[in-house]
Amino acid sequence: MSFLDLDEWLFEVAKFADIVYSPVASDIKDYPEDVDVCLVEGAVANEENLELLYKVRQRTKFVISFGDCAVTANVPAMRNMLGSSEPVLKRCYLELGDKTAQLPHEPGIVPELLDRVRPIHELVEIDLFIPGCPPSAPRIQAAIEPLLKGEQPVMEGRSMIKFG
Amino acid sequence: MSVVTLKINDIDVAAEAGKTVLDAAREAGIRIPTLCHLDGVSDVGACRLCLIEIKGIPKLLPACVTEVAEGMDVTTHTPQLDEYRRMTVEMLFSEGNHVCAVCVANENCELQDVAIEVGMDHSRFTYRFPERGVDISHPQFGIDHNRCILCTRCVRVCDEIEGAHVWDVAGRGAAAKVITGLNQPWGDVDACTACGKCVDACPTGSIFRKGSTASELDRDRGKLEFLVKAREENQWTR
Amino acid sequence: MERAELLEQATVAKQAQKRIRLHCCTSTGCQASQSLDVKKQLDAAIKTHNLGDTVEAVGVGCMGFCGQGPMVEIEDADSPAEKKHYQKVTPEQAESIIGSLNGSGEAEAIQGDPNHPFFSRQLLIVREHSGRIDPERIDEYLAVGGYQALHHAIYEMTPAEVVQEITQSGLRGRGGAGYPTGLKWATVAKMPPGQKYIICNADEGDPGAFMDRSVLESDPHRILEGMAIAGYAVGATQGYIYVRAEYPLAITRLQKAIQQAKRKHCLGAQIFDSPVDFTIEIRVGAGAFVCGEETALISSVEGGRGNPRPRPPYPAVSGLHGCPTLINNVETLGNISPIIRNGAEWFAGIGTERSKGTKIFSLTGKIRNNGLIEVPMGITLRQIVEEMGGGVPGGNSVKAIQTGGPSGGCIPDRELDTPVDYDSLRELGSMMGSGGMVVMDDDTSMVQVAQFYMEFCRGETCGKCIPCRAGTVQMYQLLTKLLDEKATKRDLDKLKELCGMVQATSLCGLGQTAPNPVLSTLHYFEQEYLELLQPDPITLAANSRG
Repeated sequence: MSFLDLDEWLFEVAKFADIVYSPVASDIKDYPEDVDVCLVEGAVANEENLELLYKVRQRTKFVISFGDCAVTANVPAMRNMLGSSEPVLKRCYLELGDKTAQLPHEPGIVPELLDRVRPIHELVEIDLFIPGCPPSAPRIQAAIEPLLKGEQPVMEGRSMIKFG
Repeated sequence: MSVVTLKINDIDVAAEAGKTVLDAAREAGIRIPTLCHLDGVSDVGACRLCLIEIKGIPKLLPACVTEVAEGMDVTTHTPQLDEYRRMTVEMLFSEGNHVCAVCVANENCELQDVAIEVGMDHSRFTYRFPERGVDISHPQFGIDHNRCILCTRCVRVCDEIEGAHVWDVAGRGAAAKVITGLNQPWGDVDACTACGKCVDACPTGSIFRKGSTASELDRDRGKLEFLVKAREENQWTR
Repeated sequence: MERAELLEQATVAKQAQKRIRLHCCTSTGCQASQSLDVKKQLDAAIKTHNLGDTVEAVGVGCMGFCGQGPMVEIEDADSPAEKKHYQKVTPEQAESIIGSLNGSGEAEAIQGDPNHPFFSRQLLIVREHSGRIDPERIDEYLAVGGYQALHHAIYEMTPAEVVQEITQSGLRGRGGAGYPTGLKWATVAKMPPGQKYIICNADEGDPGAFMDRSVLESDPHRILEGMAIAGYAVGATQGYIYVRAEYPLAITRLQKAIQQAKRKHCLGAQIFDSPVDFTIEIRVGAGAFVCGEETALISSVEGGRGNPRPRPPYPAVSGLHGCPTLINNVETLGNISPIIRNGAEWFAGIGTERSKGTKIFSLTGKIRNNGLIEVPMGITLRQIVEEMGGGVPGGNSVKAIQTGGPSGGCIPDRELDTPVDYDSLRELGSMMGSGGMVVMDDDTSMVQVAQFYMEFCRGETCGKCIPCRAGTVQMYQLLTKLLDEKATKRDLDKLKELCGMVQATSLCGLGQTAPNPVLSTLHYFEQEYLELLQPDPITLAANSRG
């Protein structure tokens, strides 16, 4: 959503880049090959996240860890303090479940939760970090603009790297 | 008062003898990051952020406890020192549970500020997600150990300024934590004067004043009901 | 007290001893193997054989050959050169040992070889009386010339001369770092007169090290005498022995020794009727490795939490209660009275150019003869391990030797010909340390060794400074990941980076040296680390794709 706050600058981006994959801004279901830049948001919490992350890394030249969840695992990772995924699932599906309280288990259809939620750079190599919860539109713009010109952005100072 | 002259980052600085390098640097307008230092209480040299290089001394020394000396040649920033500082801050983030997005101190936190200062955009150390407690037994204050960085400022202000010595450190290594009294719930510690100096000293959101979050909002609807009843039905009991 | 009177006391004490003495080890290690029962049975047998006039069983301290304990040594005043000892003695064998003395039978115990290199290669200075005298009786110490050095120092030397003597001897701190002892003494001595303290650091905490315990249990008066001489030399009247609570026998014996020494005017007010005062108190530590660090130790003696503080100021300038404080290790203090007695030149003639005297090691691990050895500096590791230690049992060969405990490193077999001294061990990336020496054979995984020591440091760091508190945890995690065969090249690089950072930025010696076991194993056995590495999942996936 913060990305959409970029408003009219998005048209500028559109001049240089095609959006080839996005959970909200594109209909393509499979991550394509030979992607130039990918902004990965969110922590890795389940098997599907992990699989997609590996695929993204393989098929992308420049991977950006985007937002605190991707960079620090943030709020989703607060379940890690409970030790594993079990207490979360139990609380959610058994204790708070209505008539048909049961743990979801449908291998191949429902992705299994990983024991630990992890930031993406613990799993794959990252080329740029844009922290923030969420990263503000100006911060996103300041980070992406140089990339469009083939330059590395300078990630320094409160406006660029403050967490939270 | 005797004065010594020294060099900090190749700038000639005159400083009062007995002052620390940190003081001298500050006076000269040179910033050295710190976390455990707090003006007005003793220094412990624990956070290692203010480590500096002094020509002729093979070890890095903490600026907060190193006294100035005549002819000293100090360097406060080198790529190596900056790298160590960044690693130190990354370690702090990865050893506790620092979730800025949901912290009471977000935007008003010295740990967050130092992270920015040392250029930390992510932690390369594995987050540990330790299980640490929260103590809200005190009527006015609370401590969230998840956000504690063990700078021991609370321990020192309580001991040295308030004179109550409610706080101390217990445990070793990763299990070390600040405690109140003899590791009792804070609310049970008679020695606490509820002065709030520890809250003012805490660099993060670890020690906080209660009642400032939305979920703590306590609405006394019964009072309205009582007043109306009293006025209309002359019932004065509640 | 006149010197003659002290010598008279020594003669009386000597004469009170029986002609044949059976030294029976009653140190912690041998007590665990029923040595107290052995002693009891020996006493009983002496009675039944009616040998009470000529024979006595003496409970003594450690004789060093701990792996073969309990040991019983027979010393005959008429033929002192003929030594005889029995190993792994059981209470049942006591009767036959006594019986063999008057020819009424053969001793049914395993007789050891007193000329074995384990003994013959040793040079005993600190342990000269260990295993020969009863540590619980001051008379026994007086009989071997005890407290004469203190008397000599007080009456024949000025404090400055004592400091000078220690400086000239070349003695260096036996706690590990090897700081020149004389220089330390001189610094404290030069501080303006006033309250000063002597502290004996007996907080031996390295895994596998038990030298200090043995010295305290075997010859406690030697340490008291060393401290009193130090007190006289630097102008301190109060001493503390900081000993860990895990050493109850050492504490008991020290307490007894202090009481006895006071009664004989060897300690306390007006020692030997001179104007010199020196009192010693024991402080029992709660068993924190970090309290071996001198500033943490001081804080603990003061009754505070055992946290180190930044140095400078060094304790010699501002230590206990802010007063100049001299902190020496047990073994260092054990060297003092022999130096005063025999002179600095004698001491300086032993050892190497820059490391003088002897060093006690506790030889443990995969080795045939384990125990305590005191060897002259400059002896090679090979002589220690192969000749004295008898090599690795079971046909394996030596892979590495760990010295210096959690602060030290592993020395590979190809460096076994290195002479043991402060500098050459440091050049190899290890250190002398307090004297732990653990032998490892081919079956040992060096990564596991590094992990073990890191686990130790992780648990023992006080948690005050971040690099040590969090860095040891991170390093331990990375080592565990390696051993679980889940780590990639990136993890190994991170481990190396961390080692450098923790070394450079930690507040005290614990953190500064915690990475050493990793660094030294990485240096000599990098292949073992590399073999555990896994391919990066992404590289792997990319390769399979195309």
